[in-house]
Amino acid sequence: MTRGFRKSWRNFALALAWFYVLLWPLLGIRDGELHFDKSFTVWLRVAAVATACFILYRLGRRGVFNPVLEPAGRLRDAVADRLHRAPRWMLLAPLLLFALAYPLVTNRYAQDVAINVLVYICLGLGLNVVVGLCGLLDLGYIAFYGVGAYTYALLSVHYAIPFWVCLPICALFAAMAGCIIGYPTLRMRGDYLAIVTLGFGEIVRLVLNNWMALTGGPNGILGIKPPGIYLPHFAGGSLSFEYLALRKLEYLYYIILLLAVGTIIAVHRINFSRVGRAFEAIREDETAAELMGVNTFRYKLLAYALGAIFGGLAGAFFAARMRFVSPESFTFIESAMVLSMVVLGGMGSIPGVILGALALVALPEMFRQFELYRMLAFGGAMALMMVVRPAGLWPAARLGKRSDDAG
Amino acid sequence: MNKVSAHYGHIRALRDVSLSVEEGEIVTIIGANGAGKSTTLMTICGIVPATAGEVRYLGRSIADIRADQLPAMGLCQVPEGRRIFPRLTIEENLDMGAFFRRDPDGVEADRNLVYRLFPVLFERRSQYGGTLSGGEQQMLAIARALMSRPKMLLLDEPSLGLSPMISQHIFRIVRNINEERGVTILLVEQNANIALKLADRAYVLETGRVVMEDTAARLRENPAIRKAYLGQ
Repeated sequence: MTRGFRKSWRNFALALAWFYVLLWPLLGIRDGELHFDKSFTVWLRVAAVATACFILYRLGRRGVFNPVLEPAGRLRDAVADRLHRAPRWMLLAPLLLFALAYPLVTNRYAQDVAINVLVYICLGLGLNVVVGLCGLLDLGYIAFYGVGAYTYALLSVHYAIPFWVCLPICALFAAMAGCIIGYPTLRMRGDYLAIVTLGFGEIVRLVLNNWMALTGGPNGILGIKPPGIYLPHFAGGSLSFEYLALRKLEYLYYIILLLAVGTIIAVHRINFSRVGRAFEAIREDETAAELMGVNTFRYKLLAYALGAIFGGLAGAFFAARMRFVSPESFTFIESAMVLSMVVLGGMGSIPGVILGALALVALPEMFRQFELYRMLAFGGAMALMMVVRPAGLWPAARLGKRSDDAG
Repeated sequence: MNKVSAHYGHIRALRDVSLSVEEGEIVTIIGANGAGKSTTLMTICGIVPATAGEVRYLGRSIADIRADQLPAMGLCQVPEGRRIFPRLTIEENLDMGAFFRRDPDGVEADRNLVYRLFPVLFERRSQYGGTLSGGEQQMLAIARALMSRPKMLLLDEPSLGLSPMISQHIFRIVRNINEERGVTILLVEQNANIALKLADRAYVLETGRVVMEDTAARLRENPAIRKAYLGQ
């Protein structure tokens, strides 16, 4: 055995032992007594899987799998090359068709998951404008989601304003919230910015929780109206409009699909606009951007406001769909989830954020059958991702090309 | 015409620094590390606030003007360490230089000019700024500043970390910019040798104070300067 070989096995054994030490207090101490069997069985299963993975990894390093991996790698490169050269719409059209046909071929559960994914896609893309494009680390993004949701909730319950009329109002309120939250943070960089935005996220949640008179506090707001449309109705030669409340899951799916597609298009346009360039310059080097004539003050506020708008729209949909909002939906953990999607998928990249949202919403659902090990598998997958592809699942195309012969 | 007359005292970095640059001149500020040379440029641009004294440009005080408004007035800085945008391509870096401009034809003309001055930037125009060598980044930084069609350029240690040959090349281009386009230059340099060869006048800065001011030619002959800064 070579020294490196022994060293890596030793590290592996140490990691397993440490895992047991961590695991045992969680599972082994019960009713004031010490048990060893439950934690041992869990540990044994994880150790078995981990050892198998480790052996596979070592064999892979030694080149045992190359006869399979090399042609597979070549195939993958060839496919990627063809995809790259195909015109854009050829790739998007089947995706769009699939998205449109999705509710027709799946059950309620799958539609529910899809709706969740689409909501998080909107959120992720909105946060992407702030974090990925402009480089402002925002840990309280969920506050804009909450502002949008509560705005629609209050307008719907107290004034019966229809959903579609509320959407621009929610966007406006969210943008205002973005400016309010952005303004004090303008001079801060890095970690300080993160903490302050985190604080603001919590402030919004606490306000929602405690302002009983306005928001009902922890009881939330009930009885929010779903979206509705007026359908033309011909009856005996005269035209009238019939109101149809869109309660069914399929209708809601199409509404959020519309919102998501709109968000994708909008973010894509921002990405390639003058404003987007300014955002990126601020991210790269704020002082240099300022010296080139970029009003960083104004553009940072704009970034917050733009990002907030997408969050607010998603929030309005969320309220309309759940028909009930409470402060519990807008905690820091949600902010962290959205940020994880952006980072996991690849900062600044639209397909990356979409993949990230898919991964972080759809995968835990798929892992449900593992019950106890679900979160472990989830965490393990995240850790693996960070080791294997730190740039994200689908890094922004711009960051990918760094070779001298880039075209 | 008086371009900059600066008289400011800054407790930590600059004490009562007064200097002025006339239109069309090349003035250099030399001095050892930490003498406050970069601070001087940053204070002119308003990134570092002046705690006393005033900075005047084109005859008016610019104390209340934000740093990002200066390029529109014709004053642009090429900061220390290049500070180009690494994850933007060369083309995009140049576009950022012309960010505030509203005349696309003029911008196009300046872009062609810049590519003529720096052919290597044209070759690599789709490459990312972060992949360029030090010398190419310095050229990109200067080119980016030129895209703002400046009346006056502030250059902060352009020769930092570059080989003598590339530094010479860059300084030749700077001289060309000054002579052909009439751009006033205020140059901060640690390499007193080439700085004094390029400039018309020079200031010597030591621990935040101006200790000497003269024409470059006379300073080159000055024995104290020769010993301290020219290694003779």
